[in-house]
Amino acid sequence: MQYLVSVIDDTAGSATPDEDGALDVFNDRLQAEGHWVFAGGLGAPSTATVIDNRGGKALVTDGPFLESKEHLGGFWIIEAADLDEALKLATAGSKACNRKVEVRPIL
Amino acid sequence: MNTLDVREVITRAHHEEWARVVASLTRRFGDLDIAEEAAAEAFATAVERWPADGVPPNPGAWLTTTANRKAIDRIRRESKRGDKQKEAQLLHDDPPGLLGPIDDERLRLIFTCCHPALAMETRVALTLRMVAGLTVPEIARAFLMPETAMEKRITRAKAKIKVARIPYRVPSAEDLPARVSGVLAVLYLVFNEGYLATGPGTDPVRHELTAEAIRLTRLIRALMPDNGEVAGLLALMLLTEARRTARVSASGELVRLDEQDRGSWDVALIAEGHRLVRERLAARVAPGPYQILAAISAVHTSARDIRDTDWSQVVALYDQLVRLEPSPVIALNRAIAVAELDGPEVALAAVDRLEPELAGYHAYHVTRADLLRRLGRSQESRAAYHKAIELAGNTAETAHLTRRRDQLG
Repeated sequence: MQYLVSVIDDTAGSATPDEDGALDVFNDRLQAEGHWVFAGGLGAPSTATVIDNRGGKALVTDGPFLESKEHLGGFWIIEAADLDEALKLATAGSKACNRKVEVRPIL
Repeated sequence: MNTLDVREVITRAHHEEWARVVASLTRRFGDLDIAEEAAAEAFATAVERWPADGVPPNPGAWLTTTANRKAIDRIRRESKRGDKQKEAQLLHDDPPGLLGPIDDERLRLIFTCCHPALAMETRVALTLRMVAGLTVPEIARAFLMPETAMEKRITRAKAKIKVARIPYRVPSAEDLPARVSGVLAVLYLVFNEGYLATGPGTDPVRHELTAEAIRLTRLIRALMPDNGEVAGLLALMLLTEARRTARVSASGELVRLDEQDRGSWDVALIAEGHRLVRERLAARVAPGPYQILAAISAVHTSARDIRDTDWSQVVALYDQLVRLEPSPVIALNRAIAVAELDGPEVALAAVDRLEPELAGYHAYHVTRADLLRRLGRSQESRAAYHKAIELAGNTAETAHLTRRRDQLG
């Protein structure tokens, strides 16, 4: 079972060197224990571009689709047996990146 | 057996077997929704058939077999519709042989319904539905919510358990203490909502909720007999329930502990509660908060007269509780006991220090009003009663506070 662990960021800057170090340790653990699927950090919301091609003519808009104080800063996709295991990993992940995280099952 | 007796047998079977049937079906079919529906259908079939066919020799086995058949019928119907996802998404379960120290299917059910990833009110609703077997309209009424909203809450919870794969198991020994206290918090909330019901349209005491909470706590006690906090919560509930009838007057007014007719307390419940408290004392293990609260209740219920209350013991227990769980509400209750030991002036000073945290809590103003009244500061007391009445949600309490305020010179 895979879960998306989203990093909810309410700060402007990117990770500090300390946070980067803690993240490396956490990512190594995910890989060593077989939980690692994929992970990535995202550029600031201001670097986003929105495309809407539902009408057949692509509409390009500058900026995020949602303006908010909190934004998605990055994510992990992890492999876990069940929500209890996913929550334990996410708890360690939140500490490592020093941000709130959200856990959602991938269908 | 006449119809009335059969109905009683069915009610008893519902109390005793509902959780067992739901739990064993959840285990077998890996789906709370199927288990709940099939259990409800099995009980409906019993209501239909038992009066005519007679009560089967083993009602529990009959109900489980019937519910199993109903569940299989439903799964067949749905797989005909090509709903393959249902089969694929079974609840996650321990492999056999890896069972924890306590293995009862009902415990798995309780821990799943009280999972920390569910909102508190969702845990309460789900536990009352799945474990206690209350119907959705009954739960909606208990929490003064429209039925459709309650239905939606329970449906959403079942979907989250399934899709996010909340495990159906007893937590590991390492996680157990935290998870047990989560379950006990749910039961205590149900009890308190019954004991001091809120809302202008409800009875001041909702016996069906206190009784349900006690029944569920007894079940958990039977399943985890060595857990001190489970015993503590059960004792606390019993010692509180014992005073239930003395707590509201004939005219529907709340009667405070010092004015209650102690002769009308339930001696059997008190004896059972005291036994549990003694059992925990004999265990010589540092008590958790429920055990301390139960011990405080035991001191109160040991006094034949309010004047016989061992207040220094009560204050000592509150000191112990504050060390364990520093909270302004506990500090407030401690101050009430201090008033009896050191006088209202000392207590008032302690209460006033809690103002920043408790200004919106009715009991804070009730306590101040009472202390100010005893100090002869009528004007301030009246203002405090006024504030308390404004914030109180319980009809019997409002009546009591109004009378007290109007008695001030």
